[in-house]
Amino acid sequence: MSEASNAGPALLDVRDVSKAFGAVEVLRSVSLQVKRGEVVTVIGPSGSGKTTLLRCVNFLESYDSGSIRIDGKEVGYREAGTRQRRSERDLAAMRAETGMVFQSFNLFPHLTAAGNIMLGLTKVRGKSQAEARQVAEHWLGRVGLAHKADSLPAELSGGQQQRVGIARAVAMEPKILLLDEITSALDPELVGEVLAVVRSLAEDGMTMLMVTHEMAFARDASSRIVFMADGGVSAVGPPKEILAEETTNERLRTFLARFRASHF
Amino acid sequence: MGYALNFNLIWRHFDKLWGGLLLSLELAVISIAIGTVIGLVLAVWYVSAGRVVRAIIAAYVEFIRNVPLILLVYLVFYGVPTVVDLAYSAPTSFVLTLSVYSGAYLVEVFRSGLEAVPRGQLDAGKAIGLTPWQRLIHVRLPTMLRITLPALSNTFISLFKDTSIASVISVPELTFGAQWINFNTFRIVEVYLVTTAMYLLTGYILLFGLRLVERRFRAAR
Amino acid sequence: MASQILYALPFLAKGFAVTLWVSLLVVTLSLVAGVLLGVGLVYGPAPLRWAVRIFSDTIRGIPILVLMFFVYYGLPAVGLHLPSFWAAVLALTLFKTAQVIEYLRGAVASIPKGQSEAAMAIGLTFRQRLTSVIFPQAFRRFLPPWINGVTDAVKGSALVSLLGITDLMQAINQVIGRTYEAMPLYILGALIYFAVNYALSLASRRLERRFAFIRE
Repeated sequence: MSEASNAGPALLDVRDVSKAFGAVEVLRSVSLQVKRGEVVTVIGPSGSGKTTLLRCVNFLESYDSGSIRIDGKEVGYREAGTRQRRSERDLAAMRAETGMVFQSFNLFPHLTAAGNIMLGLTKVRGKSQAEARQVAEHWLGRVGLAHKADSLPAELSGGQQQRVGIARAVAMEPKILLLDEITSALDPELVGEVLAVVRSLAEDGMTMLMVTHEMAFARDASSRIVFMADGGVSAVGPPKEILAEETTNERLRTFLARFRASHF
Repeated sequence: MGYALNFNLIWRHFDKLWGGLLLSLELAVISIAIGTVIGLVLAVWYVSAGRVVRAIIAAYVEFIRNVPLILLVYLVFYGVPTVVDLAYSAPTSFVLTLSVYSGAYLVEVFRSGLEAVPRGQLDAGKAIGLTPWQRLIHVRLPTMLRITLPALSNTFISLFKDTSIASVISVPELTFGAQWINFNTFRIVEVYLVTTAMYLLTGYILLFGLRLVERRFRAAR
Repeated sequence: MASQILYALPFLAKGFAVTLWVSLLVVTLSLVAGVLLGVGLVYGPAPLRWAVRIFSDTIRGIPILVLMFFVYYGLPAVGLHLPSFWAAVLALTLFKTAQVIEYLRGAVASIPKGQSEAAMAIGLTFRQRLTSVIFPQAFRRFLPPWINGVTDAVKGSALVSLLGITDLMQAINQVIGRTYEAMPLYILGALIYFAVNYALSLASRRLERRFAFIRE
């Protein structure tokens, strides 16, 4: 488990972010910081807004008010004057600095495992085919799938596809890795291999913001846990504090109790 | 542009269009009714028959689907009476043709519908002791009808549009009426604007109505 | 009987050539127009999307014959004098274009949203997403139904016989007019249309199987 390296200002700085889908308030003035090298896990009941928050960080969802900054730069909107959405080009550049791994993998079916990784490297990072191939093979090796470099996603198991998804995100050398319930769609016996990869990346110092239901992983691998409920941050703290039996937070206690009940 | 729209002549002869529309609908309804019988019988036969029967039915379907309807219409109306001692009117000939035509498309619809009936339902039927015939009537057909209702609606609307081909053998349906007005008043743009509107409106009403039936069917379960 | 038909074969062959030519023109023109308008429908500004939608729904909501008559008789009336061949081709092309737009819309719509999101997440721009992620997948989903739909162009081409163009259908009618051998000629014609369209539908089915492997 990586210790929170207090390397100055936060890498990811979320301040008072609110968002509504029509009449429904999904995020209520949410604030959160992730320092370089930290692994922050977000837990909470469904509908708490945790996935929406994650998707705001790489602007797959817009946010109505508040600010999200990565290394000081506002993610979705221009710095100057009135609140203007960034141009397509700017957004693409910003998104290249974050990596995302999805619940449903979202691998490109017409490309091989290596091809999936090489796409971003060639089109966004401007590498040559040969360079990109080398990098792709390195990361595939890192996630234990070097022998599957030329397989199509349809030929891979769920766990293998997700590991390729992780490699695809990490190969771009993002500043922060966003993980959206990456094991929820996997058969139980495949979850372990994926979490092992995430843990080893964390140990290498990758900054991560992760939404998950895997409590054991949250307890063992996070620097901090954020508990969200009803669109707001209800509790933040180190795992020992948050997952303790005698927490004073009513909502959190109910959530954990229900969770413990259904998992044992 | 030099063309002034004048709908008066259209309204004077509107009976040709209105009467034509009603005839189009009549032709469509009768044809799809007969076509449904053909399609249903052949579909049931197909799923339970041997290779020879399947090949024959498949040949029928493939033939009809790959030949232009207008050729089939001519073949039945002009061709058949030269080899067989049959004489029929143009509307009858057209209904015959369109029934056989729709039957081919409906065999496909019903066949895939039958194959989509969940095995669990068949097993439940067997478990309570129903004979194959009873299973067909009480389990497979009702479920299949519900599954195929959307495809059936689309086919019906498609066939309604196909009735326009009847105009080539002078059946006085909507398109024939439009052509009559075209040739007798030269109000081409107006008559075709009105005819287009009539086909579109009828299509939407049919679609809407059929969707309501679909919903009622689904709720009835 | 056989000798009369034999003598007529060259004439029928010429008609068949016209049928193929019309079909080819319609298929290529409608592909270009349909793809352009289809892309406009999916990615264009709201007014364009509305216009294409209305165009497509209207054309698909009326019989091909009505569309043909409307174009054929209507254009000269408003001052546009096209040779009848091109008026017929135009009408059929409009019809097929609406179909192509639908195929394209369906192909793009069937691509899961997660694909563009994953493409966005690695920093691809809109144009890069379109060319590297969306288009390759849309193309594979578009091709099989489109090839199947080419048979509609061939079948529709038979209607140009009503506009004084001597395609295969009209050639058959004329030969029957001369020889009175209705049934054999209709059957011969049916077999020719069948051969062309059946081959096309087989090709489409084989393509669909081939692409299914890649379409997860």
